[in-house]
Amino acid sequence: MTLQMDTGASAPGGASPPRPAPAPVRSPKRNLLHRFDAKGAPYLFVSPFFVVFGIFGAFPLMYTAWVSLHDWNLLEETHPFIGLENYAKILTDEQFWNATYNTMGMFVLATIPQLLLALWLAALLNRSLRMRTFFRMSLLIPNITSIAAVAIIFAQLFSTDFGMVNWLLSATGLDNQDWHSNRYLSWIAISTMVNWRWAGYNALIFLAAMQAVPRDLYESAAIDGATRSRQFWSITIPMLKPTLLFCIIVSTIGNLQLFVEPLLFNSGSYSILGGQGREAQTITMYMYENAFGDYNNFGYGSAVAWMLFLIIVVIALVNALVTRRISGEGKR
Amino acid sequence: MATGTSAPPTSAVIKPAKRAKSRESGAALWTATPLTYVALIITTLLSIFPIYYMFVLGTRTADQVGAVPPPLTPGTHFIDNLTRLFANDEAQFLRGLGNSLLVSSTITVSVVFFSSLAGFAFAKLRFRGKNALLLIVIGTMMVPTQLGIIPLYMMMASDTLQWTGELQAVIVPALVSGFGVFMMRQYAGQAVPDELIEAARIDGCGTFRMFWSVVLPGLRPAAAVLGLLTFMTSWNDFIWPYTVLFGSDNPTVQTSLATLSNGFYDDLPQIFVGAAVATVPLLIVFVVFGKQIIGGIMNGAVKG
Repeated sequence: MTLQMDTGASAPGGASPPRPAPAPVRSPKRNLLHRFDAKGAPYLFVSPFFVVFGIFGAFPLMYTAWVSLHDWNLLEETHPFIGLENYAKILTDEQFWNATYNTMGMFVLATIPQLLLALWLAALLNRSLRMRTFFRMSLLIPNITSIAAVAIIFAQLFSTDFGMVNWLLSATGLDNQDWHSNRYLSWIAISTMVNWRWAGYNALIFLAAMQAVPRDLYESAAIDGATRSRQFWSITIPMLKPTLLFCIIVSTIGNLQLFVEPLLFNSGSYSILGGQGREAQTITMYMYENAFGDYNNFGYGSAVAWMLFLIIVVIALVNALVTRRISGEGKR
Repeated sequence: MATGTSAPPTSAVIKPAKRAKSRESGAALWTATPLTYVALIITTLLSIFPIYYMFVLGTRTADQVGAVPPPLTPGTHFIDNLTRLFANDEAQFLRGLGNSLLVSSTITVSVVFFSSLAGFAFAKLRFRGKNALLLIVIGTMMVPTQLGIIPLYMMMASDTLQWTGELQAVIVPALVSGFGVFMMRQYAGQAVPDELIEAARIDGCGTFRMFWSVVLPGLRPAAAVLGLLTFMTSWNDFIWPYTVLFGSDNPTVQTSLATLSNGFYDDLPQIFVGAAVATVPLLIVFVVFGKQIIGGIMNGAVKG
């Protein structure tokens, strides 16, 4: 895990940063230029990132909060300040809570199996294998495919009348399931898509962390008679804690913002609604529907965006605390 | 705007290749049983099948796509479907492909350049406020910027810019990446010796000159991985292009696909052949550079 930073004046790798070498004798003008270069160049080098991110990343997110306090319609000339009215409306907006319910449901179904599956796959890969690169590549292939294409093909696999999944179900004697208009079935189908796409990626990250665990820990545990599964739970998992935490936070932030997968899982005019009865509409989709759908209601859409932002922050924090506590207990 | 689910991991330390190798060779602690191979082969099949199936359905007729049992092998209608796809005025698929190529390449070059520049400054130069600024860079990786698309759209639609439906609306916000800066900073810290920089300084090199001719060549391995990851991320970027380009004459390949999926559900083979074609460039990149990409992701995960 790398979110660790060097503090103070020490540079990465423990080496001290280069001091400006004593400048050779120069003309005064060159000297001034040199001084400006030494002082100003670092700021000049890092500034493109801060300027572009500030204008197109940070500012819009902040400005969303401001817009959410207004009755702001794209097509209207004026947009009066209305305080927290949009938020008051959200609290009683059934469709918003429906979207929240869907988002939470798919978040759970897409995050927990994904990380467990990834752990299992990483444990499989963490052995002396033939065709190591082949297996790693094939696990990563779902992640590199175009996300819209994935959504389209999964919509077909889970098609009610002629989908592969229902065909397999009927082959085992089960009835055809309606994966598109049943709420929980569509959650499962969409989460399957997310799990399929991300499990292998996370497995590679876990694998890297597993390989970084010092061997002698396992060797001395084996000498003490610890079984393989005991070793896994008492050595591997605690050593993986920072990586686990990182993957949990990242998948939380990502999976709470699901958009493309549910959007393209249903085609036609129900697409942005997440199905005819809003069975799979997420909060991000609801934000989009309000702001860019038929309503052009930027104020309300912004309020929805900020609600989601708050939810993400709260859940990410809770996750971090819980993970810290659980894996803290496993430590010797 | 290249955040969301498709963002690469927010932590990265690409190590010099030699060290990573020695770590790997020491790792084989357990041997694989036949059961391990069975599990991995099943996982492999499940990983590949949906992609394979996409190509299968792209070579079939609409009747065959709707048949029960579903077809499992490629058919003979690939060219037919492709012709209909390319002739589709509404989806403008070829244009979308070209645009995506242009957008992703521009973003890739820019992200690699600016990330190397800033990463070098953070790793090797001394300046006030460095640690605070670096913390901000790391913080930006956690920010769900796609929640800011409403004001972003307002900016693009404003009279000063008028960028809605234009490619620069998709390119400009993605020109930099906090992930990239952090990744290059970690790599530069290990791969560029201080002596080299000092020597260049004594020779009277200006800081940019030093970056360009001394540091940048040393950053090449990490820059390549960052470039690959950036290209794939921006090729797949969806919500912002969908917001600002959907319905315009300037689609990216992803918005073309959305148009297909929304409006042409009575011609499924055309949609599938589109999905397949949109995936081919990524598959090519992956087949050629897969090893480096995996190395990048795995080395990114651990701090040694």
